[in-house]
Amino acid sequence: MAAGAPWPLLVHAAGPELAKAPTGIAGLDDLTGGGLPRGRTTLVVGAAGTGKSMLGVEFLVRGARDLGEPGILVTFDESASKISQNVTSLGFDLTQLQDAGKLIVQGFDVDPAEIIETGAFDLQGLFVYLDEAVGRIKAKRVVLDTIEALFGAFRDVVTIRNELGRLFRWLDERGLTAVVTCEAGINQLTRHGIEEYVSDCVLILDQRVAEEIATRRIRILKYRGSLHGTDEYPFLITGGGIVVQPLSAVRLDHAAPTERVSTGIARLDHMLGGGIFRGSSTLLSGSAGTGKTTLSAKLVSAACERGEHALYVSYEESPEQIMRNMRSVGIDLATWVDKGLLRFYSVRPAASGLEGHLVGLEYLLDEMGPTVTVLDGLTSFHHVASDRDVASVVTRMIDLLKSRGIAAFVTTLGLDNAETSDLAVSSLIDTWLLLRNVESDGERNRLLFVIKSRGTSHSNQVRELLFTDEGPDLVDVYLGTGGMLVGSARINRQAEDENAEFERTTVMVSRQRELSRQAGEYQGQIDGLAAALAETRSEIQRLSDAADYRDDAVRSDRDSMRRQRWADAKPAAGEEPR
Amino acid sequence: MTAGADQQETGEQESGEPEIWELRLYVTGQSPKCQQALANLRQVCETHLAGQYRIEVVDLLENPRLAGEDRILAIPTLVRKLPEPIRKIVGDLADVERLLVGLQIRPGG
Repeated sequence: MAAGAPWPLLVHAAGPELAKAPTGIAGLDDLTGGGLPRGRTTLVVGAAGTGKSMLGVEFLVRGARDLGEPGILVTFDESASKISQNVTSLGFDLTQLQDAGKLIVQGFDVDPAEIIETGAFDLQGLFVYLDEAVGRIKAKRVVLDTIEALFGAFRDVVTIRNELGRLFRWLDERGLTAVVTCEAGINQLTRHGIEEYVSDCVLILDQRVAEEIATRRIRILKYRGSLHGTDEYPFLITGGGIVVQPLSAVRLDHAAPTERVSTGIARLDHMLGGGIFRGSSTLLSGSAGTGKTTLSAKLVSAACERGEHALYVSYEESPEQIMRNMRSVGIDLATWVDKGLLRFYSVRPAASGLEGHLVGLEYLLDEMGPTVTVLDGLTSFHHVASDRDVASVVTRMIDLLKSRGIAAFVTTLGLDNAETSDLAVSSLIDTWLLLRNVESDGERNRLLFVIKSRGTSHSNQVRELLFTDEGPDLVDVYLGTGGMLVGSARINRQAEDENAEFERTTVMVSRQRELSRQAGEYQGQIDGLAAALAETRSEIQRLSDAADYRDDAVRSDRDSMRRQRWADAKPAAGEEPR
Repeated sequence: MTAGADQQETGEQESGEPEIWELRLYVTGQSPKCQQALANLRQVCETHLAGQYRIEVVDLLENPRLAGEDRILAIPTLVRKLPEPIRKIVGDLADVERLLVGLQIRPGG
């Protein structure tokens, strides 16, 4: 897949022959799969004030300045100097580009009050002009803004139509990539049916006001031979030009870094299997006072401690307020601000349209390149826009951060005791931490749950969030037969448990000692008896030996007696000597 | 306006009247429309501005940059440079009535 092309099929469907000229306009090239049809004319249709001139100018400026394609701007309804003036505020220096021979701005102000028609004419003057100008700077791009003025200035509309048709063919033949702006018609696409001459690419711009915030939108009506996004995409005219934010072209091909970033709280890192992934998004939801800001502050301060840049965007509090509050829980943010590592940006949701916030964020990211970004208090957006719009813009913010590999912490109010968030973006979130207040024994304590954490074998345990002088920390909650205990109750219970344990240990040790003593006694008794037994046995032996001796002696006496009695005569048969 | 005349022709002799009609006709080569315009212009001037006009014919093919400098889109275009204010008359000048009104030789709508 080509880098930057959100439509993988496009490459195959279009083939190599459909060359595209990048507009360089943020987001638009994504929508069109690489830019406008090269060597063709693109029609940009929109009412006054929708930004079609701006689109044309930016197409030229970026072509001339960044892409090596010089261009010509022909304007029919504004003087050249006015155009230059208008876009200078957008960071486009037309004069400089003109001096460098990369751009020509030509005004053909056609004032209907000044022009009188008498008979047949053509627009050969324009052809002659373009021919000369294109040759002069070797132009590759041409913008005609806006041809509506031509129809206004000349009564002979048929001639103008035909001449424009001829002009578009001429531009095609010259291989010029052109943008032609015109106004929308009532019963047809354009007021004067000019679309029939432009068949390759038609963009429609539109501006609507909803909830008092004007939003411009762009839609690709057709793009021959190319796949393209078909929805309406909001866009902004910012200090740096047009920014199109194609929500549905959000690419899910972000690199998935495996590197972990510490949250600044060792135990939380441990619960998440080692920290949060770089480029992942973490939702921190919880009701007021559950410590969302504190955890966020700890995250950015940890990043700064590692020498990284961090951005803290708050939609609710001022930087001073946050810094003061965080100092009280041992997080010194001011140091990092002073060192230029941490940047605060506080803005009220109502300060600009939702799109403006998105673009503002992008600027900050461009400017300082943080590795960690906190978006604190997104809930406040609900006061200024509908849920759907808020979800849409937050989605794009998260996507923006992800695409740049920035770890994002997003905080939002959530309902206590419910695993819901008021932002309908939880499915986009990689890690979801829920903070909950628990009230018991006359005190409120904070609990932290890991609801989900993608790609991580995270803890299913609940932890109590403590704010100490050294910053936030997590401790185990007490889980036992009495239920879950937190705060003082946990501490009391832990102390009780420790006492009981001590007592148990003491009793056991003395009992052990007692038994050892007893065992010793028994051993003594056994030893004594064994000695008695041995004595007895040796006595028995002694006695037995003595008896044997006596028997021998008796036998020997009797023999000698017999010998004495029976020395001279044999005893008679059967007669035993007595 | 930038000078860049290819031809310059003056009608008869100048009468000394202060009001001189200085006219410039922009053309692109010798196209029928351009030739028609020049012919029509000469005739009208002779008829209505005898001795009081000057016609300058500018061929943009020879001076293409004048198209931008003088902001000439339509061909042929006749510009009345004097008397002030500048007027632009577009077309082959076939409609003499409108031409006269356009040049403000004859009052009208």
